[in-house]
Formats: sequence, structure tokens, C-alpha cells
Amino acid sequence: MALSNIYELYQTMERDNTMLSFKGVVTSDLLTSVLQIMESKLDHVEKSPKTKKKVYNVLVECLQNLYHHNEEIGQSEGLDFLFSKSALLMISKNSDHYEVKTGNYIAKHKSIELKQKLDDINALDKDGLRDLYKSVLNDGELSEKGTAGLGMIDIARKSGNKLEYDFMPVDDNYDFFCLNVKID
Amino acid sequence: MNEIMENLKLEGSAKTPTVTFDAGGGTLELKGRSIPENSVEFYKPLNDWIDAYGASPKAVTTVDIKLEYFNTSSSKCILDLFKQLEGLNGKGTEVKVNWYFEEDDEDMEEAGEDYQAIINIPFNMIEVEEI
Repeated sequence: MALSNIYELYQTMERDNTMLSFKGVVTSDLLTSVLQIMESKLDHVEKSPKTKKKVYNVLVECLQNLYHHNEEIGQSEGLDFLFSKSALLMISKNSDHYEVKTGNYIAKHKSIELKQKLDDINALDKDGLRDLYKSVLNDGELSEKGTAGLGMIDIARKSGNKLEYDFMPVDDNYDFFCLNVKID
Repeated sequence: MNEIMENLKLEGSAKTPTVTFDAGGGTLELKGRSIPENSVEFYKPLNDWIDAYGASPKAVTTVDIKLEYFNTSSSKCILDLFKQLEGLNGKGTEVKVNWYFEEDDEDMEEAGEDYQAIINIPFNMIEVEEI
């Protein structure tokens, strides 16, 4: 990477009002540190306790999605181990909203499942999301990893906006899943 | 027989709530935040304690939930805890839940209402300035 790219990278992050950016493997310790850093940053920049809580909540679910996802991909064949476990997380504050962006590799057959889930979520309004959350909460079972299948529904509820997403093809087996969550 | 039931006290951490389960007083309190990656591990001892408590409960069991945040993994465990308490209700104890939420925290208020709709025990929704 040319040295001038460092400045470009800085400018891009400055322009996007990046509060925090991380690329790598999301471990339990990393997750804890990011949450601590973001909590204190939010205490400084955000006056509304309501917004602070929503952003924090979305962050918790996004980070835990990345964390559990890593556990999963770690056991799969194909992509280079560390490369495939690596993920991206970016948090930015714009004048009237926050954005939490995540990126991670995902097996193609899982992309189809996830896309369906996200489309279903995006088709619902506030009350619809609440009903869906309640029914999954009441009927669903926790996985061994402790995931409840509620993460994306909760993110959508806290966000108050449609979930923006895309799956970029990587190779025959993998896509790169991009998610952008806007929080008003 | 008639062994004295031990209380359950757990200090809160960055990811787990403070737990104060008092067998003698019949009061069960969760306070703080509950955001562990895998909440099953954390909630298992709480379920075990309630099982043991259910053998000889107080006439009134008061459950105080004072959470500022909880993640979706915890949300399932909290429901299971309520279901367990629902099972005790009317069997030697009357269970009631006090659900605390901070003023303007609609999300936490809604979460309490959602549990209230699923669980058949009396819920008091209590708005406070700060948890």
C-alpha cells in the first residue's frame, strides 16, 4: 500500500464520520472491548439516552452475529481459515442518524436462507416486527451456541429503518455479506 | 430435611447482571445488563436455584427485573425463567413480577409487555428515572 493511501483512508473515514472501524476476527474479548469503547464514546457524543441505548443494542447484536458466525465458519472447509473468519465492523455518526456496517464471509447456501429472512423482516412494519419477535421468542429454541434466531429481528426493531444488505459473490462457495443498519 | 436454602448472589459484570435471589424473603432480583454471547451458561444456575426454591417457596415470591439492556440470547433465557416461575405460581406461592424500565425507554417497556402477554403471572410495569 502506498503511503498516500493512508491519508486517503483517513480522509474517507473522516468524511464518513467514522467513530470506530475494525477488521479482523471478532473474539469474545474484542467484542467486550469494542462495546466498552463505544459505550464511552456514545456517552460523550449522544445526549438522548434512548438513541444511545438503541445504538448500543444494535451493536451488541451485530457483534454477536459476527462472533457466532466466526465459530461456524471456523469449522468449514474451503477458504483460508483466518481470512474467512475475518470480518468488518464500522460505526459512524451522521448529523441525524448512526450507521452500523458489518461485512463477513458466508457460505452460499446460507446466503439464500439469510436473504429470505431479511426480506421477510423488511416486509414488516413496527407492529409486524414485534409480533414476529414474540412468536420466535415463544416458539423457538436456543441453539447450542445460545443464539435465539432473534438477532436480525431485534436489529430491525431498534433501527426503525429497513435493513440494507447485499451479498457480493466471492467464489463458488462463498459470498461476502454486507449489512448497513441505520439508526435514527 | 428442612435444610436451609442458600441464597444466590452473583456480582454483575460488563456482560452479566447482578443476581440477588433471597430464599428467606422470597425475592428474586436481576439488575444491570445481560449481554453474554451464550446466555445459557449464565442462566443455568439461576434455573437450578429456582427449582430448589420451588420445593418450599415463600407464600409470596417477588421477582424484580431491573435491566437496562439485554441481548436476544438472554431474552430467551429470561422467558424460560418466567415460564419456570409460572409453573410455581399457585403451588404454595403467589408469584408476581415487577418489571422496571427507565423513563422514555419504550423498547424496555415493550419487552416487558411482550413477556406479560406470553406469561400467565401478574406483571407490574414500573417506570423509574434511572435503573
